[in-house]
Amino acid sequence: MDWLQNFDWLQLLKCFVTGGLICVIGQILIDKTKLTPARILVVFVTTGAILGGLGIYQYLVDFAGAGATVPLTGFGYNLAKGAIKGVKEFGLIGAFTGGVTSAAGGIAAAVFFGYIASLISKPKMKKE
Amino acid sequence: MKPLDSKKDYQNYVEKKSPNSPILKNCFNAFWVGGLICSIGQIILFICKNRGISQDISGTVVSIILIGISAFLTGLNIFNKIGKFAGAGSLIPITGFANSIVSPSMEYKSEGYVMGVGGKMFTVAGPVLVFGISTSIIVGIIYLIFNTQSITLV
Amino acid sequence: MEKLGKQTIKFNTPPVIISTASIVGPKESNGPLSQYFDQCLEDEFWGEKTWEKSESKIIKETVLMCISKSGIPSSDIDYCFAGDLLNQCISSSFGLRELNIPFLGIFGACSTFVEGLSLGAIIVEACAKHALCAASSHFCSAEKQFRFPLELGNQRPPTSQWTVTGAGSAILSKTGEGPFITHITSGKIVDMGIKDANNMGAAMAPAALDTLICHFNDTGRSPNYYDAIITGDLGYIGKEILIELAEDKGFNIKANYNDCGVMIFDKEKQDTHSGGSGCGCCATVFSGYFFKQFKERKIKRLLLIATGALMNSTSSQQGESIPGIAHAISIEI
Repeated sequence: MDWLQNFDWLQLLKCFVTGGLICVIGQILIDKTKLTPARILVVFVTTGAILGGLGIYQYLVDFAGAGATVPLTGFGYNLAKGAIKGVKEFGLIGAFTGGVTSAAGGIAAAVFFGYIASLISKPKMKKE
Repeated sequence: MKPLDSKKDYQNYVEKKSPNSPILKNCFNAFWVGGLICSIGQIILFICKNRGISQDISGTVVSIILIGISAFLTGLNIFNKIGKFAGAGSLIPITGFANSIVSPSMEYKSEGYVMGVGGKMFTVAGPVLVFGISTSIIVGIIYLIFNTQSITLV
Repeated sequence: MEKLGKQTIKFNTPPVIISTASIVGPKESNGPLSQYFDQCLEDEFWGEKTWEKSESKIIKETVLMCISKSGIPSSDIDYCFAGDLLNQCISSSFGLRELNIPFLGIFGACSTFVEGLSLGAIIVEACAKHALCAASSHFCSAEKQFRFPLELGNQRPPTSQWTVTGAGSAILSKTGEGPFITHITSGKIVDMGIKDANNMGAAMAPAALDTLICHFNDTGRSPNYYDAIITGDLGYIGKEILIELAEDKGFNIKANYNDCGVMIFDKEKQDTHSGGSGCGCCATVFSGYFFKQFKERKIKRLLLIATGALMNSTSSQQGESIPGIAHAISIEI
């Protein structure tokens, strides 16, 4: 538990506020428009990838840490960052391999856990 | 104005009649739940940093842990209650992405493991991957074009 | 039978509703009308593996219960009209495949039950001795088909309605002590351009209004002729819209009007937003609540207007508006 000793509370606060605000933008989109959840996720991931490609999102990540990478915009940023990194290393082919490579952990985990959950669990009705 | 005079009039009339979502309450809940989920991610980052794990790997570790928690809560039939309360607060973080993959897999289990679970797994999250990956490839190609003329975008 | 006005049929020897039955799911069992239903389920699966199987079982058991309550051997029932919300009406055709009664599957979205009663009444007056009508819906199977997976953590907008889990069934006969189906008014398709699949009440209200006015014009009756005017599943928003629209057209229905979707759930306690919907909504509330009110003579004249939204998930994804339909029957004793 030695990580607790030099715990960066300010960083955590920045993360909390930034992450919260990004979610508030999503909530306003849900309530004010007729966008379905799938469309909202697409808007966020695409915005994140574009801002990531333009280098703007990097500032937010430097500022807020997980507050910027955990929301789905961060997923898009991660894809774009990976693609650029891939291009730097392998040229054109890197544009195709880089993005998915950097997001591979998340995608694979979601697929795997999704399969496991379907094996052991059954959907239930919302009681309330 | 009589509401049934034209379709347009009726739509305006219905718009006025329909209650709006309690947006302030929803935004408040989305704010603190979303912030909390991100903070859990940040704490995991701190632990990783302390153990000397590289930044890239730490990010993946955060994703996998949050996706795991989300999948677990979905499987326990709890995530939809959190989602109902928090709205975008649990949808926008990576937890919502995981939930949108796990929930159809559970739902379509009754159609079998191959075409049900396997086939329907991406009914909600598929578009996220399609648009996310396509955008990243375009970003990569644009970067390549500009970079050869030594103009960097980053 | 004879035709009155544009859309109404008047029966000269009105067919009799001799028995009804209703089975509802767990959420409806906690609602304000629970004591009127014949059977309340504790589990939405009812021991089956899938929701579709469970819905089939619900409609099957409801029909069997209705037949046994009527005391008529099932071989004496000449026709069966049934429908539901699932693609190609599989709940009713799968549920009733062992019934051995000539089967006419019908689809009128949530208006199916009254559509069935209308057709049943016509065939009983024309030639049949007995006809059976049934309709069902299931919250989980409907959500799966029309909306999102159950475990998806999304928020339901305040205009959305809750599909009723349950089935209702009725047997019509040439003779009996009542209540009688005296008139039917079949509705036209009305589309006022509402596209929001989360606001069905608003999409169906103009159709209900059209049928309501047509019924009064054709029969020469006025709203206060009836003890109760009941719509199928307009919900809170649709109910309010219908009252205002009707007033606008010179019919004051405020005093004796209600909606099955409003009656079946407790909006505050059960968090059902705009109220109940689905084929099962009108079917269970009529078979459970109103039929018993007739039998106890607490109500003598009822105008039942079941409303339906004639859309599917493909049409709403393609941005089409939602056409509404409403069928009315006048039941008297």
